[in-house]
Amino acid sequence: MSKSFESVQEVRDGLKKVNYLADSGIAGVVYLAQRLGKPILVEGPAGTGKTQLAKSVAEMLGARLIRLQCYEGLDESKALYEWNYKKQLLRIQADKSSDSWSEVHDDIFSDEFLLTRPLLEAISSTDPVVLLIDEVDRVEIETEALLLEILSEYQVSIPELGTITAKQIPMVFLTSNNTRELSEALKRRCLFLHIDYPDMDREKEIVLTKVEGITENLADQIARIVRSIRQLDLKKAPSVSETLDWARTLILLGIDHIDAQEAKDTLHILLKYQTDIAKAAKELSVDK
Amino acid sequence: MPVLDLMSGFIVELRNAGLPVSLTENLDAMEAVKEIPLEDREAFKYALAATLVKSQNHWRAFETIFEVYFSLRGPEYSIAQDGNEDSEMWREQQDLQMQGEGKGQSGGSMDGLTPEEIAQMLMNALMNGDQAMMKALAKQSVQRFAGMEPGRPVGGTYYLYRTLRNLDLDNMLDKLMDANKQQAAEELTNLEQRLEKDEFESRIEQFKQEVEAEIRRRLVADRGAEAMAKTLRKPLPEDVEFMHASRDEMQSLKKALQPLTRKLAARLARKRRHGRKGPLDFRNTVRHSLSYGGVPADPKFKYPRPAKPELMVVADISGSVAAFARFTLMLVYAIQGQFSKVRSFVFIDGIDEVTSYFKNTEDISDAIHRVNTEADVVWVDGHSDYGHAFEVFWERYGKDINSKTTILLLGDARNNYHATGSWVVKEMQKRGRHVYWLNPEPKSYWNTGDSVVGEYGSFTDGVYECRNLRQLEGFVEKLV
Repeated sequence: MSKSFESVQEVRDGLKKVNYLADSGIAGVVYLAQRLGKPILVEGPAGTGKTQLAKSVAEMLGARLIRLQCYEGLDESKALYEWNYKKQLLRIQADKSSDSWSEVHDDIFSDEFLLTRPLLEAISSTDPVVLLIDEVDRVEIETEALLLEILSEYQVSIPELGTITAKQIPMVFLTSNNTRELSEALKRRCLFLHIDYPDMDREKEIVLTKVEGITENLADQIARIVRSIRQLDLKKAPSVSETLDWARTLILLGIDHIDAQEAKDTLHILLKYQTDIAKAAKELSVDK
Repeated sequence: MPVLDLMSGFIVELRNAGLPVSLTENLDAMEAVKEIPLEDREAFKYALAATLVKSQNHWRAFETIFEVYFSLRGPEYSIAQDGNEDSEMWREQQDLQMQGEGKGQSGGSMDGLTPEEIAQMLMNALMNGDQAMMKALAKQSVQRFAGMEPGRPVGGTYYLYRTLRNLDLDNMLDKLMDANKQQAAEELTNLEQRLEKDEFESRIEQFKQEVEAEIRRRLVADRGAEAMAKTLRKPLPEDVEFMHASRDEMQSLKKALQPLTRKLAARLARKRRHGRKGPLDFRNTVRHSLSYGGVPADPKFKYPRPAKPELMVVADISGSVAAFARFTLMLVYAIQGQFSKVRSFVFIDGIDEVTSYFKNTEDISDAIHRVNTEADVVWVDGHSDYGHAFEVFWERYGKDINSKTTILLLGDARNNYHATGSWVVKEMQKRGRHVYWLNPEPKSYWNTGDSVVGEYGSFTDGVYECRNLRQLEGFVEKLV
């Protein structure tokens, strides 16, 4: 890593510069992760800025973001490396006569025939990188083992080549939507960060920074209504990204003060289930 | 106390509370603490949390223990000045005692105020959201109203109750709303009122937490961290017993249930898809053989489609086991996609089918509420009578049981010495696929008193102890 953080506050200010408002917990963990050289496991409800955090840290550090999107059925040829079989075949056929067996053998298992995949790429890169392993809870529990070596030792072992060790320790973020329990081995190697819905003041600030042309007054109102809605017992509470969508919609509609009717009419942007919308509409307009 | 001792005490307490803290995590925490200035309490807390707590469910337990162990070590009591901390605490204790006797006038600008003035100040502070004032008032009111005496063996909740009662916090919300109405220039709309109310509620909640923290600080100073942590120790959400859960614990159970069902459903669906391979898919194999020049080198298999079981849940919902039945029903309906059909019946001494309540509604808790209020389950006196309930069940619904049906019986089998009707269970087992009994009582209580679970159990495919979410989750996974 090119530069190293001096304090938690520095991380916080840096993130703010790239339009990511971190609370002290988030900034603290990012700071620690860099000082200790450990990956961060970020967990929390969907749409609270888990992936965005990794992107923003990359932007703040001026590092390249390498992203590995996890899915069921991910294997090492997609995550780590793969031999370029076609090229190897070509190499063998190109000069059948001249080389001896051992020469060809050594030759076709060299760097030239190796296709790097995100994890290996992050390790072997010489310029600063941030590695994002997105939605790690989607891979099967057996596949998690692929990640363990890279997460604790920052190295990849390739049987034919030997071990490739990181030239510099990249920052690693793993995100999880918590659809299953991750293995102890994986959790143990990471710092744990839970990103929840922001509190009202932070949400207001997020709206103010992310939505252009919004007034302080409207942002305040939005944050307060969203907080009230989140307190209801809903199937899916509105996420930060949905709050932002809502704010943008209101701006487009030219609304600068929300009344009950307008709130009701635009609720479908915040909430995605019909029962939730009905419930919230009832709650917000009920006589007290 | 040196930091190292404090840390190891802290970690021992975390383990006692049930958090799985491994040795590596312990070492990581020590490393992390080195990187954080100790005076920054907030950062210190997050550093420990990031290294020691790896599940959101455990956060609350962690926070409580952290507050106990490090509450005296905020910015005011930085660790650096270890030496004079004791004397400071001692002075505060002295203050406290004098206050208790009602003749102290030492220090603090607020001591001269009457209780009414304090209440008024609190209202103003809450009205304007004045954080510093709220903090000061929390301190002051604990000192004044809680009546804490060193060495008194009373829990923190008692002091909290006394303090809050004296401040009349229950009516504070209404008072604030009234005052707000008068202040406002024009009539507030319903929406605005609602938002104001939520705002005040959150401020009052914040004040309560300040009071609680203040009481805890004083108790820790009086009794020491280890003793305090012990009294505050609570089971983790997944270990709370259904039968003895308090209302707060019920809430946290409910919260824990939702992600659990999601996880369970995802896991089960995955398991279903990734079971053993099915029979050869001839068509697919031939199609793929084309790329090998017609040689079927890459045989393809059909996806396995194991039949989903049909489920009948028969639950006792009498007082003692109602909570257990509720949670099991919630869990079962949340993952009903994993079954081809779910039917549910509830009984006390009469039995009623409640399947229809869960149909056409997306809100499971609403359906559960209807089960509790509308189902017709009382036959004579509203005391559990398993025998009668089972006989009626067999008469009305017995013919619907077939070889695909799995039957879940929920209850503690405390039959009030009525006839057991266990022949029904025997018949169920004969006709159905499986019969399981889930008992929320600890195993050691089974077959004591009027519990006849043993008699029923001999006709089932298994009787399982289901005292908490962890055990329930384990069973459901096995079932599918």
